[in-house]
Amino acid sequence: MSKKEALRDRAGWKGFIVAVFVILLVISTIFSIQFGAVNIPLKDIWAALTGDIQSDFQNIIWNIRIPRTFVAILVGANLAVAGVLLQGIMKNPLADPYIIGVSSGAGLAGMIVLILYPHLPHILTPVAFIGATIVAFTVYGLAWEKGIAPTRIILAGVAVSAFLGSGISALMVFYSDRVQGTIDFMVGGLSARSWPQVEVILPYSILGILFAMIGIRKMNLLMLGDRTAKSLGARVEWIRFSMTAVATLLAASAVSVVGLLGFVGLIVPHTARLIVGNDYRVLLPVSIFLGAAILTASDTVGRIVFAPIEIPVGVIMGALGAPFFLYLLRRKMV
Amino acid sequence: MTVLQAASISQSFSDKQVLNKIDLRLDEGRIYSIIGPNGSGKSTLLHALSRQLKPDAGDVYWKEHNLYQLAPKKVAQELALLAQVNDLMDLTVEQLIAYGRTPHKSMFQRLDEDDQEIIDEAIHLTKLDSLRKRNVSHLSGGERQRAWIALCLAQQPKVFFLDEPTTYLDISHQLDVLEIVSRLKETRDVTVVMVLHDLNHAATYSDEVIVVREGHIYGQGIPKEVMNQEMFKEVFHVQSDIYEDEHDDLLRIVMKPLKK
Repeated sequence: MSKKEALRDRAGWKGFIVAVFVILLVISTIFSIQFGAVNIPLKDIWAALTGDIQSDFQNIIWNIRIPRTFVAILVGANLAVAGVLLQGIMKNPLADPYIIGVSSGAGLAGMIVLILYPHLPHILTPVAFIGATIVAFTVYGLAWEKGIAPTRIILAGVAVSAFLGSGISALMVFYSDRVQGTIDFMVGGLSARSWPQVEVILPYSILGILFAMIGIRKMNLLMLGDRTAKSLGARVEWIRFSMTAVATLLAASAVSVVGLLGFVGLIVPHTARLIVGNDYRVLLPVSIFLGAAILTASDTVGRIVFAPIEIPVGVIMGALGAPFFLYLLRRKMV
Repeated sequence: MTVLQAASISQSFSDKQVLNKIDLRLDEGRIYSIIGPNGSGKSTLLHALSRQLKPDAGDVYWKEHNLYQLAPKKVAQELALLAQVNDLMDLTVEQLIAYGRTPHKSMFQRLDEDDQEIIDEAIHLTKLDSLRKRNVSHLSGGERQRAWIALCLAQQPKVFFLDEPTTYLDISHQLDVLEIVSRLKETRDVTVVMVLHDLNHAATYSDEVIVVREGHIYGQGIPKEVMNQEMFKEVFHVQSDIYEDEHDDLLRIVMKPLKK
């Protein structure tokens, strides 16, 4: 038995490892509230939180930093959970929320609003959400034939995404003068996100994560293979369908709020797997806290490195997250 | 007593009729081997009987109940299937086997001491005691197959289905698997239904063989009745010499290609 296995087997290890990631999230949350265009001393954050109105930073904290951090936490958690569910459902390490068409759906719908109806910014989120959901269920429907074979859904997702991607490109060619205003949406950013966006995403986060947690044991069964899962009494098709639906709503609500933020849904679940293994009882909570922490930390970095210019969180995620992930991958291989 | 019964079940896959109105009765506490050439419908029949695949037509009965109308979990308390292919798992042997208790637990119920006892027994029966903390993905092929069998044993099934359980194993591990299965029948009165490719194994380890040819049952009965030269010629297209061993009374079959 390897050292790692021995460690994993130890009682209390699960609780400990989850606690580590909770602490990571708390630290990145504090940093996210503290740093930005203006840096706020910790005592002033405390004063603002406890309702001491003498703090000059009251407005910044309550109306900018806290809601933005909140959005980052929820989006990070949503995408991570969606990814960790889809990788299990599709049995494919490359499955992420975008494989089922969520990004191309939200992308095309969002681009249509931003380019053709730029005077209606408030409909961006609902339209992108509807686009993401419709496309995801279309992909699912196209892949259905007496049940869902993971390979079929991935291929259907790729094909539909390519089809919609050409629509996005066509829009960019025909309206090249308006492309500038769509960049933030296309790479995914948290700039100017506040309480209204929290309100949009929060219900989906709560429900989605709750359903994902209810599904933990079923996801573990699915890991044993379809035949064994069935032999153990699992309704395999129903688990696939319901968990795909949960992942779709989580991912769709996230991208409709922050745009096409890639990467989180793919890399966070993998990083979590490399660290804690495949048991969803640990994997799911760790993915939630890691996703939230990484997005919050990346957004903070994006705000401060070239301040006052903000770098969209999607760019930071790719630039810092990918090398870190490759490092983890190499370590595991050796 | 009949535990499983197939009544006129048919199944086709994209125009190919794989099972054609099959009737079958399986009795409690016996070992059945399903044999037949590739593509004859053996695995499909096994899947139809084990509630993996609802046939296009016909019914399967578990005692007096229609198998496909029972709740999956209820069925899982009675029937277990060892799948033909199992993925590598990042789990310890003990963790894998513990999944066998799933059908006996409600959604949020934890394993208790009784479950642990059943898991320990499954580990013991499959001789995995010294490997229980080992990662399944680090085991040899034979050990891994025993671990998956132990998972099914922890399920405490009344009928145990095995889909080509000896494929990819070397001969000593093949025999290990078959010995475990026959002990199971003796000690627990479990009905065993397995798809086997090795006809000598089928002759040695089964109470009855079920011969499937082109979606029909060609014959069913004790090996000595069913396994004869005519059957081997018609079903498997081979010539055969069949001997009866005077020590153990079992058949020994030597096969050769059919003379053209």
